[in-house]
Amino acid sequence: MQLTLKIWRQKNASDKGGFVTYPVSDVSKDMSFLEMLDVLNENLTEKGEDPVHFDHDCREGICGTCSLYINGKPHGPLQTTTCQLHMRSFSDGQTITIEPWRAKAFPIVKDLVVNRSAFDRIIQAGGYVSVGTGGVPDANEIPIPKTIADLAMDAAQCIGCGACVAACKNASAMLFTSAKVSQLALLPQGQVERKTRAEKMVAQMDAEGFGACTNTGACEAECPKGISITNIARMNREYFSAVVSSENV
Amino acid sequence: MILDSKIPAGPLAEKWTKHKFNSKLVNPANKRKYEVIVVGTGLAGASAAASLAELGYNVKAFTFHDSPRRAHSIAAQGGINAAKNYQNDGDSVFRLFYDTIKGGDYRAREANVYRLAEVSVKIIDQCVAQGVPFAREYGGLLANRSFGGAQVSRTFYARGQTGQQLLLGAYSALSRQVANGKVKLYPRSEMMDVVMIDGHARGIVTRNLITGAVESHSAHAVLLCTGGYGNVFYLSTNAMGSNVTAAWRAHKRGAYFANPCFTQIHPTCIPVSGDHQSKLTLMSESLRNDGRVWVPATKETAEKLRKGQINVNDIKEEDRDYFLERKYPSFGNLVPRDVASRNAKYVCDEGRGVNETGEAVFLDFRDAIKRDGKSTIESKYGNLFDMYKQITGEDPYQVPMMIYPAVHYTMGGLWVDYNLMTTIPGLYALGEANFSDHGANRLGASALMQGLADGYFVIPYTIGDYLASTPPKPVDTTHPEFQKAATEVKNRVDQLLKINGKKSVDYFHKKLGKIMWNECGMARTAEGLKKAKAEIKQLKKDFWSDVKVLGTNEELNLSLEKAHRVADFIELGELMIDDALNRDESCGGHFREEFQTPEGEALRDDENFAYVAAWKYMGENQEEELYKEPLVFENVKLTQRSYK
Ligand SMILES: Cc1cc2nc3c(=O)[nH]c(=O)nc-3n(C[C@H](O)[C@H](O)[C@H](O)COP(=O)(O)OP(=O)(O)OC[C@H]3O[C@@H](n4cnc5c(N)ncnc54)[C@H](O)[C@@H]3O)c2cc1C
Ligand code: SF4
Ligand code: FES
Repeated sequence: MQLTLKIWRQKNASDKGGFVTYPVSDVSKDMSFLEMLDVLNENLTEKGEDPVHFDHDCREGICGTCSLYINGKPHGPLQTTTCQLHMRSFSDGQTITIEPWRAKAFPIVKDLVVNRSAFDRIIQAGGYVSVGTGGVPDANEIPIPKTIADLAMDAAQCIGCGACVAACKNASAMLFTSAKVSQLALLPQGQVERKTRAEKMVAQMDAEGFGACTNTGACEAECPKGISITNIARMNREYFSAVVSSENV
Repeated sequence: MILDSKIPAGPLAEKWTKHKFNSKLVNPANKRKYEVIVVGTGLAGASAAASLAELGYNVKAFTFHDSPRRAHSIAAQGGINAAKNYQNDGDSVFRLFYDTIKGGDYRAREANVYRLAEVSVKIIDQCVAQGVPFAREYGGLLANRSFGGAQVSRTFYARGQTGQQLLLGAYSALSRQVANGKVKLYPRSEMMDVVMIDGHARGIVTRNLITGAVESHSAHAVLLCTGGYGNVFYLSTNAMGSNVTAAWRAHKRGAYFANPCFTQIHPTCIPVSGDHQSKLTLMSESLRNDGRVWVPATKETAEKLRKGQINVNDIKEEDRDYFLERKYPSFGNLVPRDVASRNAKYVCDEGRGVNETGEAVFLDFRDAIKRDGKSTIESKYGNLFDMYKQITGEDPYQVPMMIYPAVHYTMGGLWVDYNLMTTIPGLYALGEANFSDHGANRLGASALMQGLADGYFVIPYTIGDYLASTPPKPVDTTHPEFQKAATEVKNRVDQLLKINGKKSVDYFHKKLGKIMWNECGMARTAEGLKKAKAEIKQLKKDFWSDVKVLGTNEELNLSLEKAHRVADFIELGELMIDDALNRDESCGGHFREEFQTPEGEALRDDENFAYVAAWKYMGENQEEELYKEPLVFENVKLTQRSYK
């Protein structure tokens, strides 16, 4: 396959940045999208040009490190992560536009690499059960209905990639935040801190500069892990019941 | 130096309890005067950092990732073992201990493995309390599955994402301590060296991966939780960033490296499809429960198939060789990982491999689908079949899957004593970075167990014993040793950027990987290893004179990052070869062709090789010195493994 790549290049956070066009040839349909970029980078290196920087690690669709806005869609045309996207999803001669996630709360570091530490700070605000190591009850002491455990697991599958934010016209982080709030609100272990958790995490989300949710569902449609927007509804319930009877003083 | 494993005296089952009691304690008011550096935030690092911060220590946690949640632990699929005996099927701490020692082909320490089995039960309690959504039965209690090398059901799991859920649990505990101000997090910071003052580890030097700044950080103890080194083979199931740099720099500062040649090669991975391949994907071992492994019976048929002249589904039953079922009638397709991998290699070496490359065997579900129906197979393996289809473009319901072994895990690592301390006082190694618990072969679902055991339940006790005899005086980063280490790092960066050669970093990494895979992979010979050693020496020379690293230090520079790592991999590769050459026996994942039974199975030599091989760095381009820690077995009887 022969392709034309239009890639966003930006030297650092303060650089203005812009698109640069690169032709690539010798692309096989079995390559993953990132392997195709590896080929480009080997060519650039050979010519003495700075390789295109992009984030990636597991290349198995689980670490959430890879990103990329491909032809106007986060993680490209399929509902999967960029590392799990293969070149057989593209056709010979196609032009592919590659951009970083665009959101105020995810500043660009270089080229296609963005800083997603805002997600870490949302978790730090309350995305945990406050138990220390040791002194906890036996694992089977509290039975949890399978249906509830399964729902919690559905929400817990979020990989923290940020595609939901990138897909949203308001750059809202509701899907990400609500996935964690839901997981813990569903489980008996999460009950004690249920109210303060929702409140604190939502406050942090706002403080980071993520936008408001206007229920367009774009996040769910692009989430590679199928996180459902019913989680957002659940978080809203958690949040409103929390502010009504706030325990945060 | 004599290697002192510090294994406590007394009966096996009482060692850990006694040891905890005999260890010195740091009083609560003093704990806040101590600083501990934790490098790595995978299962081992995140659990250690959180637990130590909860105790009151001031923790600094480093990771080269952008977030602690991205560590390679996230990718573990299958599950985590624990001797809970919830299934009432005869499991016990002793049985888990025994299975692990035997699975490791009798090359691990009894006392460590017993402790691992003992604390395994607490790990599950801890994770459930954190909100880890393990799989459950309809009655609401935890579900278990069985895994290779065990006859009981003791594996806990969270769908196919156990590592993810356990890591997110540990990450949440860590995040809570960050919020409490007890842990300071340093993401995108790569540790480049350990700093030693008066013979003790007192800090590290890091490179900020965004700005290139070389920074000094001091502490009273340093924990390396930096994972395994499987990427020395270039292609492996490890994440792209996994590397040996932290452990290797510590090694060069005096930490002995143990059993470097013990690597695990997993039999069921998606085969290499071409030169562009950057990593290999694991397909769960559970597939071997229903899939049948085979290749064409003759070279000629295999060749026709590779050339596309015949269709796989047209190959008649009598022209198929179900080689595992044929050679191992009692275990069949369920032989342990090392045996399954080796046999796949044999049939491919005979020219009977499939796929365009000839380096693959079939894993066929035709008979299982016929027997149980497509929907049953779909409910068991649906997600795996989908993943396979996504990567290869082929539908495993219609044609057999193709699989081939791939490097998966490294049992070797920094030598540690019972306290998890390396041969450098104050420097500890946890998780896959140490060598401690898996001997020559790791059983499935036991790496997650070990990482969390080390971090949640071992280090919080053993570190106190060391710190109690260390004055809580702050360590000053203006000490000349910090300056010296920082200057060395800067010089190395400059050197790499100055070479301006012709070949990319990946070129060297791929070359190293080929040498290691061919000569120090599934089967090894003295002759091949010697040849490989010469090749690696040459590769090292070429690297330092011809590598091309673009850009500058003062920016995010992925090729510079990688150049550092590959330079260390090359040196490690040579040590792995020395270790493999020294071990004139076959055991677990280490198979020396010269040492096999008449049936072609691994032949151990317990009389001469029942020891841990710990290597001491002797200086640039010097041969390393071997120190032996004898392994004493008081509670198990050494036997030859047989799966016939
Ligand atoms: C595909 C796959 C599936 C697996 N499935 C299972 C399974 O089902 N069950 C099981 O028990 N085991 C499994 N394993 C093995 C298991 O996942 C690993 O052994 C284990 O997670 C290692 O954990 P760790 O904490 O030691 O290291 P890692 O999770 O690798 O973490 C290493 C950490 O160190 C940091 N780091 C490394 N070097 C530096 C440096 N120089 N400076 C700063 N930071 C550094 C990294 O950023 C990272 O945070 C699997 C492995 C693979 C590859
Ligand atoms: S909710 Fe989905 S899209 Fe958003 S971070 Fe999680 S996995 Fe990514
Ligand atoms: S690289 Fe890990 S999810 Fe894509």
